[in-house]
Amino acid sequence: MKTTPPQRPARDDTAPVRPVRLTAGPLLLAVSVLLVVMLLGMTIGPAGLPVRGVLVELVGHVPGVDVAGGLDEQDTAVLWELRVPRVVLGMMVGGMLAIAGAGYQGVFRNPLADPYLLGVAAGAGLGATFAIVSGTDRAFVPLFAFTGGLAGVAATYALGRSAGGRSVNSLILAGVAVSAFFAAIQTYVNQRNSDSLREVYGWILGRLLTAGWDEVLTILPYVAVATAVIFGHRRLLDVLSVGQDEAGSLGVPAARVRLLVVLAATLGTAAAVAVSGLIGFVGIVVPHIVRMLTGTSYRIILPLSALLGAAFLVAADLAARTLISPGELPVGVLTAFIGAPFFTLVLRSTRRSW
Amino acid sequence: MSALAVGRLDVTLLGRRVLGDVDLAVPSGSWVTLVGPNGAGKSTLLKAVAGAVEHAGSIGLDEVSLDGMRSRERARQVAFVPQEPTRPDGMNVVDYVLLGRTPYVPYFAVESASDVAVVEELLDTLELRELADRPVTSLSGGEFQRAVLARALAQQAPLLLLDEPTSSLDLGHAQQVLELVDELRVDRGLTVVSALHDLTTAGQFADRLVLLVDGEVVAEGPVREVLTEKLISAHYGAAVRVVHDADGGVVVVPVRERTARLTKRTDGA
Repeated sequence: MKTTPPQRPARDDTAPVRPVRLTAGPLLLAVSVLLVVMLLGMTIGPAGLPVRGVLVELVGHVPGVDVAGGLDEQDTAVLWELRVPRVVLGMMVGGMLAIAGAGYQGVFRNPLADPYLLGVAAGAGLGATFAIVSGTDRAFVPLFAFTGGLAGVAATYALGRSAGGRSVNSLILAGVAVSAFFAAIQTYVNQRNSDSLREVYGWILGRLLTAGWDEVLTILPYVAVATAVIFGHRRLLDVLSVGQDEAGSLGVPAARVRLLVVLAATLGTAAAVAVSGLIGFVGIVVPHIVRMLTGTSYRIILPLSALLGAAFLVAADLAARTLISPGELPVGVLTAFIGAPFFTLVLRSTRRSW
Repeated sequence: MSALAVGRLDVTLLGRRVLGDVDLAVPSGSWVTLVGPNGAGKSTLLKAVAGAVEHAGSIGLDEVSLDGMRSRERARQVAFVPQEPTRPDGMNVVDYVLLGRTPYVPYFAVESASDVAVVEELLDTLELRELADRPVTSLSGGEFQRAVLARALAQQAPLLLLDEPTSSLDLGHAQQVLELVDELRVDRGLTVVSALHDLTTAGQFADRLVLLVDGEVVAEGPVREVLTEKLISAHYGAAVRVVHDADGGVVVVPVRERTARLTKRTDGA
């Protein structure tokens, strides 16, 4: 802690006063990390692509730039139909989960809040299970998962309202009850259909299997809207850090802020879960690491969480598909496997209270 | 003209009637202090005016009803300094004071240059500029109370409510904070309503006192009429002597009745 003796002012009295903002240093660092991870994700794989060729090919797609001949025809197809969509999907899902986690932690003022808090995961899992068990075309699994996720949150919200009005804790407890209930149904359904167990299990553990751009385009509108709404609340999330009563006396419609942020985070999460399965730990670990390393303002936490959540998931996915190549590990296993120890390390070394 | 007009205010919390039929008129630009024993309803009355407690009855400011006003509009009319303000982890003084600009910042936006200018002026007035970059968690009690005042003043509301603003301060800092409030009240034409438990201090810094007991107003008026030995011993269950000093001030001194009894017994032996 700094002490400021009155004889020697700590700051120049003429220095301009500025609201908290994201400074260039951490921003550039996060962007660089993301760019490096993206490049690795695009080049490494069963068919290794040359880094230089990929770069030339990418630059060639910038409007107004005319360079050609980076890659041959087959490599170009691998890049644009396999690698780039997968990296982009990983960025969207990872960034979305991290922002949603930060948003939940902000409105609930609870460090344990994560994107799956209010029954999204259990609902989506149940939806996907039904789709897979009933033999529905696999293309419809995301739709079932999305619908199930929204149903889970709606059930949580209705139960929370009927139990305890607008209290935060009643909402969280309702989420626990709904999750347990949905999980019970899902377990029963799986028990009765053990032949599809492996497929359901694989979906639940999370994976970024893509073929082309369909998944990216499917979730793009949800992720864009959810991200915009949560970012719009970056200042109000800071105001909420003084507690709901004080925020109310400062003119914050706290109930509306909570509803909007929760809706946006849930919608984005449901969309991400629908195409990727239940990838755990990103939403809880990334915002906390950002918070511990840089600051507690959501003007810093949200953008850095988006960038680093994106980088984290692309990196985890890269590891998932190369470690036991040609096989593939569920990426959700890796996010927890890498994330948990790293999280513990940061937690121990900073010791900042939440 | 009365700035704040509270009529037949009733508050029930958890089945208990905390305030009953309270009427209160606070003239514009004056300082009215609520006194009364613990649990009398002083804080609840302030919170009701701030819009933080559900209530029956009417609350108006300059003939305009505050009830049904959107929280944002209300926060431009009423600034509230709570008894124990939260110190948000990791937030520095500038950003803490900027929180007071919330009712002026559009919903999805952040502070504008004019918001920053308002805060800069307040940092100078309240001698907080040196502390501007310090986290609020590192401030002393007196420093933090100045920051809380600055945040409330940043709301630029004509009515300032203070709930026990000196409860965590020593004597010297308590006086400094209250003097500061009085200066700001005169300079900016603010109307101040405060709750204070120290009766002598309450008498020194208010134009009028309101004595609340069990959620009802039992006495109201100039300091000398409310701070009487009779009223205080009746409602506080305390033994006090009220001393009037030469400057027209009132000093409430607790006395220990037991001492008198002991002396008597010694005499008899």
